[in-house]
Parts: sequence; C-alpha cells; structure tokens
Amino acid sequence: MKIFASIYQWLDDRLALGRLYDQSIGHRIPASASSWFYVFGSATLACLAIQLVTGTCLALVYVPSPEFAYASIEYLDYTQPFGWLLRGLHFWGSNFMVALVTIHMIQVFLFGAYKYPRELTWVVGSTLFLCVIAMAFTGQGLRFDQDGYWGLEIVMSILGRIPFVGMEATHLVQGSPIISGATLSRFFTIHVFVVPAVIISLLVIHIRLVLLMGISEYPVAGKKIDPETYREDYEKLVERTGERLMPEGGGKDLVFTALILTAIVTCAVVIGPKIPNGPADPSLIHTVPRPDFYFLSLFAVFALMPPYMESFSIVYLLPLSIVILFAVPFISRGQERHWSKRPGAIITVVLVMTSLVILAYEGLTSPWSPHMNAWSGVPIQPQFVQGRTPLEHVGATIVQGKQCRNCHSIDGTGGKRGPDLSGVATRLTYNQLVRQVLQGDGNMPAFGRHLSPYEVTALVSFLHTLHPENEPPSQNSAPEAAPPLSTDPY
Amino acid sequence: MAEEHEHEHEPLPEGVPPVSRRGILFNLGLGMNVIAASLIGIPIIGYVLSAVFKEKAQQAWIPLGRIDQFPEGQTRLATYTNPFRRPWDGFVADIPCWVRHIENDNFQIFAINCAHLGCPVRWFPQSGLFMCPCHGGVYYEDGSRASGPPPRGLYEYEYRIRNGHLEVRGGETPNLSESV
Repeated sequence: MKIFASIYQWLDDRLALGRLYDQSIGHRIPASASSWFYVFGSATLACLAIQLVTGTCLALVYVPSPEFAYASIEYLDYTQPFGWLLRGLHFWGSNFMVALVTIHMIQVFLFGAYKYPRELTWVVGSTLFLCVIAMAFTGQGLRFDQDGYWGLEIVMSILGRIPFVGMEATHLVQGSPIISGATLSRFFTIHVFVVPAVIISLLVIHIRLVLLMGISEYPVAGKKIDPETYREDYEKLVERTGERLMPEGGGKDLVFTALILTAIVTCAVVIGPKIPNGPADPSLIHTVPRPDFYFLSLFAVFALMPPYMESFSIVYLLPLSIVILFAVPFISRGQERHWSKRPGAIITVVLVMTSLVILAYEGLTSPWSPHMNAWSGVPIQPQFVQGRTPLEHVGATIVQGKQCRNCHSIDGTGGKRGPDLSGVATRLTYNQLVRQVLQGDGNMPAFGRHLSPYEVTALVSFLHTLHPENEPPSQNSAPEAAPPLSTDPY
Repeated sequence: MAEEHEHEHEPLPEGVPPVSRRGILFNLGLGMNVIAASLIGIPIIGYVLSAVFKEKAQQAWIPLGRIDQFPEGQTRLATYTNPFRRPWDGFVADIPCWVRHIENDNFQIFAINCAHLGCPVRWFPQSGLFMCPCHGGVYYEDGSRASGPPPRGLYEYEYRIRNGHLEVRGGETPNLSESV
C-alpha cells in the first residue's frame, strides 16, 4: 500500500489532484441540492458520454458518401460484430438525451434555478439544448435513408423561405444547388466535428458556471432571492449544511445515471437501432417521409398552420421563440423561486408540453396527409354497396378509382384529410353534392375536368345513398314547386 | 533600464503617451497575427462559401430523353442528372421531375418538390391530381394549386427541344425564395 501512497503523492505534487477534486466533484453543495429532482443534468452528461464513445466507434465504419452511406449502415446492422448494438446505443442514447435535456430544462425552469446569479448558466444551457437538437437532426440525416433525404429537403425548403437570401442559405447548407454528396459531407462534418466541439466547449463553460455559482439550493416557498445578500446567504448555507458532491451529495445522481444507462442498453438490445427505410434515392418517390419523434410536433405545426402564417412563422416566430428561451432569466425576474408561488411557470410548462405532445401525436398519425394507397388498397364494407342500383355501383367504383378515398374515409377506413363519407348524404343534398364534386370547395380540389357527366351522375347517386338507415338524406328545404295550375276547364 | 535612460535624454512632450519597445512589439505582433489570420481565414471562408457563389449561370441544359418517350396527354416521371454531379454522388444525382406532354411541342416540366416544404409529389392520372404525402398539398394536372398548405403551384422548369430530345434547365432545387 505504501507504494500506491507514494505514487499518489508524486502525482498530486505534479497535478494537484487534491485541489482538482476539491474544486470539482468534491466541491461542497447545499445538502438540500442532493435531491431526486437534481439528477437530470448528470444523466444528460452520461448520455453525452455514450454518444461520444458510440459515435466515434460508428465513424470507424460509416462512410459519408451517398453511394455508400446506406450500404455502410446495412453493414453495421448485419455484418459488423456488435454494429447493430452500437447503432442501437447511439440511437437510443440520442432519444434519451433529447428527453433528459428537456426534463433537465423543465426542472431548472420550475425550480427557478435560472434566477440570480445563474442567468448565464441558463443561457449556455439553452445553447447546449439547441446543439443537442442540431445533433439529433443531423444524425437522422446521416442515416441517409428516405426519411433522412426528404428530411433534408424539408429543412432546405424552410431555409428557402428566408427573405432575400433564401436561395443562398440553402446552397450554403447543401453545399451545392441540389442535395448531393456535398450535403451529406456537410452534415457529417457538422455532426461529427463542429457541433460536438461546440458542445464540449459550452459544457466546460456550463460546468464552470455551476461550480462558480454553486448548485442552486432546493427552493423554499416564500423565500425570496435578494441579489444584495444572496451570495452571502448561499455561502453560509453551504458552510452550515454543505457536503461534498462526491461521495456524499451525488449518490442519487449515480443511481439515476446507472438506471438511465441500463435503460439505454435495454432499449438498444430489445428494440434495436432504427432501421433505415430504403436508400436515399430521390427517384424513389413512393415514400412517405416522417421525421424522428422529436421533430414530429414541428412537422405537425407545418401542416396545421394556416398557409398565410407559414413563412412569417418560420422566418420570425421560430427565431423569436429561441430568443425567448434565452431571455427567460431576464424576463422572469421575480424574486420567488418556488413553483407554488409561480403559477405562470407551471402554466407555461403545462401549455408547452401539452402542445408538443398533442402535436407529436398528430404528426405521428398525420390525418392531414392523403392516404396515398387508399384508393387501390382499402376495401368497402358490404353495407355501403348492398342493394344499390347498377348506376350507384358504378359510383362506388368511381369513389375508389378517382382517389376520393385517399382523402375521404368510409366507415373510418381511408384518408382523414376530408370528412368521412359514411353519412355524407345527411349533410349535403343531391345538388350540393354535384356542385362539391364538380367545383370543389374549401380544401377539396375540383373534379369537373376529370369526370364525364355520366360519371358525375353515378358518383353522386352513390354518395346520395350514404346515410344511416333511420336518417333520411338531406333535401332542399324549399318546398317542391307546386304543380302547374290546371288549365283544364273541367 | 535602457528605456529609462532614453527618457532622460528625450523627455516626452505633454499629451503624448509613452512609447516603449515592449508596447510596439506587442502591437506589431498583434497586427502581424491579424494579417496572418486573415491570410489563413479568408481562403477558408471562400472555401466554405463557394457553394453560394456558384450561380445560376452554371445551370445547364440537361437531356431528359426523346420526345416520344413522353406520350401526348400524359404525365410521366423522368429523372435528369444533376449537372454538378460529383463522382461519389451515386443515385442522389438522379433528380426526378414530372413531365407533362400537353400536345406537339408543348410541355410542362414540374419539379418533384411540393411548393410547401419540398416533399416528393405523386401523380394520380385517374383523378388528374398531384398529391403530397407530407402535409397534404394537392395540385391540378397543370401544376396549379388545388388544395392544402402550398402557397403556390408546382415549380416549373424551363425546357427546350433539340433534335427530338427534351432538355430541361435544371441544376437547382427550387424553393419559395426563387422559382426556377
């Protein structure tokens, strides 16, 4: 044992290990900060470690060229020993990291930990959050499958809406006027070199700020922050109740981190990596691009926003929301930290998270998208055709053949873009149906040019039969024209 | 000590800050490093930004195929090769577009990209509609907007006919900032 002691002595003499420990993981934190609510930052850090290690390993095999990117991912999945596992760890690590960094932010927000004197910690942390999102996006692009390719195309279209320099911005990010090998190389460089370097640098600043300002003490309702006395009080608190982060205060961090790591490994083993959905061949247009889950809500926003707001929202509201994120500590300057005294903070979190979850669900189901194969692939239930005339049967065929069902479901099957047609006859009269089919309206295209008079008659005859048994089809409320007065003198 | 010695001989006039050899060296070093950094930095910026300066002038006429590959009255998918193709681009250089042969020499060539957010629109000849799988943009056969979120109709490429071949002026993915 003596030899170890003297080796440590020698190293400590040269590296000042003891001082390093005292000032980092051995620094003293208020006892109240050793809480299960305070574990998310360190768990995010553990995810980062997983991402760095697995990412570096994946880069040993992955080839950032359009010709081989997909093949190299298949190689990782099926040939490279443990390649599938590393891809799984990297994929689930990213999912957990996005989730944890979000929870970490919510916790800091609700606990008012961004308030004086920790405003900059929030600002740097928000930048780190954006970096994590950037990593998630560029990473799914590197999968370079059809979702990846069209995901890039969507982002380029978003950039293209920037006034005056839209095209230049697109070209700069794409590296060429069309998505190409240059684009993939850029995304690879951004994902592997640029953003990780930024993350590591900012993380150093973030942690330095945490060490400088100290971990915020657990908020107490009614206890106000007074910039005049706060630091002094904090120092006294640490002196009175303080304990070292490791090994005393950080036990919960260690336990939670280990649980998260285990969860990531479990997901990677049981569920596995995200399997790419076909090579990024732009000429394979029979694709339905969907982003990874963290962008589903954004994806939904673009479908649900009125078109006239869209460019404005992309160009102004999106950056504005980022500015607001950064400005949180400067907007919310109240002295109260405890959430029970800050209803606005709770409402904000509930509103934002509910919106995000609902939008993500909508994005997942995408009811606004035509169901591209419904017209040829979706059956019609017998009750909708039974006992109909031949003309009405022709109409039923036209409903399928003219892709009506890509947007309209009948009895719940088919597209959800337009209203379900099961009871359409109760809503529109015969004449209204004719007009709607021929001229379109609202969100429906006009079909007048692609239907012969015979087809229109057949189609509308069929639609006019679509009503529940006990509910008659709607009729013109004006009374039937009275029969002409008889001129018969008798 | 040498500096003090000099000062004794030549006292500074009022209002002139003292100049020392160290000060000059520091400022000189700073200035030289700014110049050196510019020498390194400017080409790097040019290197990264070169993608922006490649302008439309480079857009080439790209063959799409013989005219008789596109029957009159039909709309068909065609691909052209990205004129800026690099050897390692693979199939990403095959850019799809919809070719509508109206009659005789009268064509319309639509970009595959939905005017909303760039997803690939699909042609349905039975109903004469283009539909987008992302956010439900729908266009008529002539490319005009029928429904959904797109703020305009489909982007059209310029075309010309040379020796019975249809040629398209591609080379740039259209977006809302600039139509092709």
